[in-house]
Amino acid sequence: MSSRPRGVKERVAEGIARRYRRERNFRLAGLGAVLVGMTFLGFFFYTLIGNGYTAFLQTHIRLDVELSADVIDPDGERDVQALGRADYQGVIRNALRARFPDVTSRNDLRELFALVSPGAGFELRSDVLSDPELVGEALSLWVVADDDVDMLIKGHIDRAADESQRRISDSQLGWIEQLEADGSVSRRFNHRFFTSGDSRDPEMAGIWSAVVGSFFMLLVTLALSFPIGVATAIYLEEFAPKNRWTDLIEVNINNLAAVPSIVFGLLGLALFINIFGLPRSAPVVGGLVLTLMTLPVVIIAARAALMSVPPSIREAALGVGASKMQTIFHHVMPLAMPGMLTGTIIGMARALGESAPLLMIGMVAFIVDVPESPLDPATALPVQVYLWADSPERAFVERTSAAILVLLAFLLVMNATAILLRKRYERRW
Amino acid sequence: MSLASNLEKETVPQAGVGTAEDTSIQAAPDIRVVGETYRTVGDYTSATPVIRTRNVDVFYGDNHAIQNVSLDVGKNEVISLIGPSGCGKSTFIRCLNRMNDTIESARVHGEILLDGEDIYSRRMDVVMLRARVGIVFQKPNPFPKSVYDNVAYGPRIHGLARHREELDKIVRTSLEKAGLWSEVKDRLEEPGTGLSGGQQQRLCIARTIAVSPEVILMDEPCSALDPIATAHIEDLIDELKKNYAIAIVTHSMQQAARVSQRTAYFHLGRLIEVGDTDQIFTNPQHELTEDYITGRFG
Repeated sequence: MSSRPRGVKERVAEGIARRYRRERNFRLAGLGAVLVGMTFLGFFFYTLIGNGYTAFLQTHIRLDVELSADVIDPDGERDVQALGRADYQGVIRNALRARFPDVTSRNDLRELFALVSPGAGFELRSDVLSDPELVGEALSLWVVADDDVDMLIKGHIDRAADESQRRISDSQLGWIEQLEADGSVSRRFNHRFFTSGDSRDPEMAGIWSAVVGSFFMLLVTLALSFPIGVATAIYLEEFAPKNRWTDLIEVNINNLAAVPSIVFGLLGLALFINIFGLPRSAPVVGGLVLTLMTLPVVIIAARAALMSVPPSIREAALGVGASKMQTIFHHVMPLAMPGMLTGTIIGMARALGESAPLLMIGMVAFIVDVPESPLDPATALPVQVYLWADSPERAFVERTSAAILVLLAFLLVMNATAILLRKRYERRW
Repeated sequence: MSLASNLEKETVPQAGVGTAEDTSIQAAPDIRVVGETYRTVGDYTSATPVIRTRNVDVFYGDNHAIQNVSLDVGKNEVISLIGPSGCGKSTFIRCLNRMNDTIESARVHGEILLDGEDIYSRRMDVVMLRARVGIVFQKPNPFPKSVYDNVAYGPRIHGLARHREELDKIVRTSLEKAGLWSEVKDRLEEPGTGLSGGQQQRLCIARTIAVSPEVILMDEPCSALDPIATAHIEDLIDELKKNYAIAIVTHSMQQAARVSQRTAYFHLGRLIEVGDTDQIFTNPQHELTEDYITGRFG
């Protein structure tokens, strides 16, 4: 210590203040970045929820509907065919007429009938078909209102505006106010949003067909990308010789992970639809395309997971005479599994949120029916968002936001699952 | 860049000039000369050899890690391999059960015979070989499984037990031989990674014994352990030599003196001297051996 030059202490002291200042500045910069990020996230959720929450409620109008047997089932057959043919929208129109007996002119009647959704008749029909005993009875029914009425009730149409400036006429406004006065207008839970497919009428449109389409697609993607990805990773990491060819493959896989997804859509269109002749708009093709897109991510994650398994475990297994295959499947794989699963789920979450490649393979079509198999035409959640965002009706604005909320909820659940799996299966060694 | 390095050369005193007197430990003298032949001092053969190696050379890429080493491992004896770091002791014992196969750049030349069979020949199955020549590593590396499964793994994959009772018996005798049974008999289902360091190392030894090998290789088995755990393992090695041939790499000369009957001194990839442990430590024939065991370098 005696050989230590003098002045060292002073020089260190000079530098110390600067070092601490740098550290503090770095911390402040980090904190600032986090705050900016949180602000944007907060704004994002504020607008989404602010715009979207009303979509979960739907305006209904109470009508006294008379299901007279003469109108619905004039021949008294009571079989499904006859009941199905009847004019239920007419029944609802009659109820509206009965509610407002002084409306008589053709134009006024058309405006009056427009208060109720064109889908209301279909709903009444399915009610009757499921319970034919209803025929002949008089019911007090909450029928679904038209989207313009819904917007008026939700305050998106200004009642004070001039008649030419709003989609609700003065006389319609008068009838609605009469209905409101006797409590025949109410906002109720919008189950259609979760149970029905797409529709031209916003009040009848739902996300279920998109959810089912996305589900089938992810099922195909998971069933293909996990086994193929993990097998590829194991081969490349454990068995393949390290030479120029495997280097080339590795570089290509890393590049593929960064290729714009729409390119995979084009590939899918050319390969799966044009050459293999698979059906258009089908989740199976969507799943195949998303598999191509997800595979690099899964392979990279799985390789990283395999690489992180300590070599001492491999040596231990080889040392007692396990073959390479046994070493990998008995010891390395279980330790690498949490990392592999996390990578796969994150890849899946990305696939769930992808819309561009699906546009290329025709999944942007207007699909009303809920698909029953991966071969049926379907759409996907993000594509549904895109479709609704493109629609002119005011009522689709809130539905777009609501669909995004549902999509985000699914993503959140998937990412939470990834974290849980990692925590659950993470083992110390 | 070049200016800076020039300045440095001028101002910094020549390394070694000022410090040589300060320390008693010098860098190991380099005896590696290209093309030079050397002869191992002492008798490297054994009267009852299990493993015989002749003229073994090992390369890692261009690095000639082991040069022309011949050494026998005899039945019921412990041979310790000593030498400064990087002298090739570990490389040498890892050749004996072909653990070096996992290193892609490693090449082994020469003859290594296990009971007269060349272990690098095509007919020798590496899985079979490792069942016959077990290895214990420097760092305890139990599988992240239960104590029971750790020991039972080898017998299971080799199909050594026909039913559960037989397996139970193998696990029990292996743990008993490793001196661990009394400590873990009530926690067989607990993870092996939860044991203490010394227990983990004995578990690894039990795992090796469980496949009934002919030879046990130990690569510095006590370097990560405290003196008490080390004493445990050393007693165990004494006990094990009744049934197995053991080759142990160690950095502790006291340990070599305590546990082994023969000692081999390695230096920069060469086997300098082999002999009875007593003789090596009391009357080394080679200058380098003497320098090493008297602590002049290493």
